[in-house]
Amino acid sequence: MSNENSHQVAIVDYGMGNLYSVKHACQHVGLRAVITSSAEEILAARAVILPGVGAYRDAMETLSRLDLASVIRDVAASARLLVGICLGMQLLMSESEEYGRHEGLGIVPGRVLKLPDREHGQPVKVPHIGWTGIHRPPAQPTSTDPWHGSFLDDVAEGEPMYFVHSYFVKPERADVVLSTSSYGDESFCSSLTRGNVMACQFHPERSGPAGLHVYRNLAQLISSESKEKLSE
Amino acid sequence: MKVRLIPRLDIKGPNLVKGIHFEGLRVLGKPEDFARDYYEHGADELIYMDAVASLYGRNSLLDIVERTSREIFIPLTVGGGLRSLDDIRSALRAGADKVSINTAAIARPELIREASRTFGASTIVVSIEANQRSDGSYEAYVNYGRDSTGVDAFEWAIRAAELGAGELMVTSVNREGTGKGFDVDLTRRIAASVPIPVIAGGGAGSAAHVHDVVAQGGVNAVAIASLLHYNSMRRFQEANHDATSEGNVEFLRRGTASKRFEDTSIDALKTYLTRYGIECRHRPEAIAHVE
Repeated sequence: MSNENSHQVAIVDYGMGNLYSVKHACQHVGLRAVITSSAEEILAARAVILPGVGAYRDAMETLSRLDLASVIRDVAASARLLVGICLGMQLLMSESEEYGRHEGLGIVPGRVLKLPDREHGQPVKVPHIGWTGIHRPPAQPTSTDPWHGSFLDDVAEGEPMYFVHSYFVKPERADVVLSTSSYGDESFCSSLTRGNVMACQFHPERSGPAGLHVYRNLAQLISSESKEKLSE
Repeated sequence: MKVRLIPRLDIKGPNLVKGIHFEGLRVLGKPEDFARDYYEHGADELIYMDAVASLYGRNSLLDIVERTSREIFIPLTVGGGLRSLDDIRSALRAGADKVSINTAAIARPELIREASRTFGASTIVVSIEANQRSDGSYEAYVNYGRDSTGVDAFEWAIRAAELGAGELMVTSVNREGTGKGFDVDLTRRIAASVPIPVIAGGGAGSAAHVHDVVAQGGVNAVAIASLLHYNSMRRFQEANHDATSEGNVEFLRRGTASKRFEDTSIDALKTYLTRYGIECRHRPEAIAHVE
């Protein structure tokens, strides 16, 4: 069992976004969370949350300057949970087209693209700010519920979550897509999961009771993961 | 796209206050109590606006923000007296998700660009307090609707969007606190001229007013104060809620304050909008007080 004093969740602080609402949501569901930019603390935590709001290039530059890009890749390569939220989800991808072309962390193959500003020829506002439903991706070959056992376990189909973004991710592999949402003419990937890496475009910490349910699922995943370690 | 209903809480010292045309502020109670009530009743976001910070250059709001952010899991926008990137950073560190700037942005428009670049465009709401002149034109006001600037509100809206604002909150000074309905023409003209979302504020007195500013004003969100506050206050009083001792509370006892405002709630407003074809987020029936 890991050190009782170590934090269950490390929230990566690279100067972007509202880390505090993430921390408060963690605490609300009983997770011990720390906001940190220390590689040591990040590597000692059972789960790592990469949050973020802001510009892609600045975020990548800051992560590199703080020597955190490689630390986050190490977390992804380990068995510990890595959760990207909003810009944090986009940073997991290979590259972004936000104001030019910028390399991402390359943890999930795929690209970050600009949201459309049209729907059926009519203008729509960008950024996409507000509550939009999340849906299971189009029918999978298997009949199992893709949300079962994920951080969306027991979330209602079509549940509105809070989004604030101008760009969205397009993973190379469709089978990592956990949910889709629509804005303008685009149906985009609003959450994804691949092994120990999971991410969402929406802000569960700002999505009311449904969002807190996502945090409860994360707490569940963290505790079952550490139980598995105990039994090994 | 679901329209957002956003309770706006104007704060002076430790109290929730409300005036008419931004003047004659009455104390309504503790902002945290109203914030919790609105969260539990399906508010889509909250706005905290410091009613005096612009005038006195202080930020007494941050303690309230900090406490609120721990128990309210919807987006919180904080404004009033934020003058610099450091001020914005303090608000975000206290738990705000977005900040709203007006006075400092008019004084130095580049602040919008710098803030948007530093914190992300979607974090920066530019608040426009639009006052209609007798010739029908609109002027942007500053310092909580008190001071004129000579800046045309429509030109300023376009400029603010170009400088990188993520959203605009457009409040009609003429309608603010009156309950006479929104200035639909003002919001429609601004919403049609910028590519970013627009929040309408100032004038909500009934569900029909909210409907009109969404259906005809073309806005993405509506900020509502008195219409919700007076209804919540009545519910609190019925529940024997402690009234605050600071400020003007006499009108509470007279019970005449809410005549200009329909009996309603966030749920009732959303039910009304949905009946008329406007999409809203409805809270799950099972929302619990423990949340």
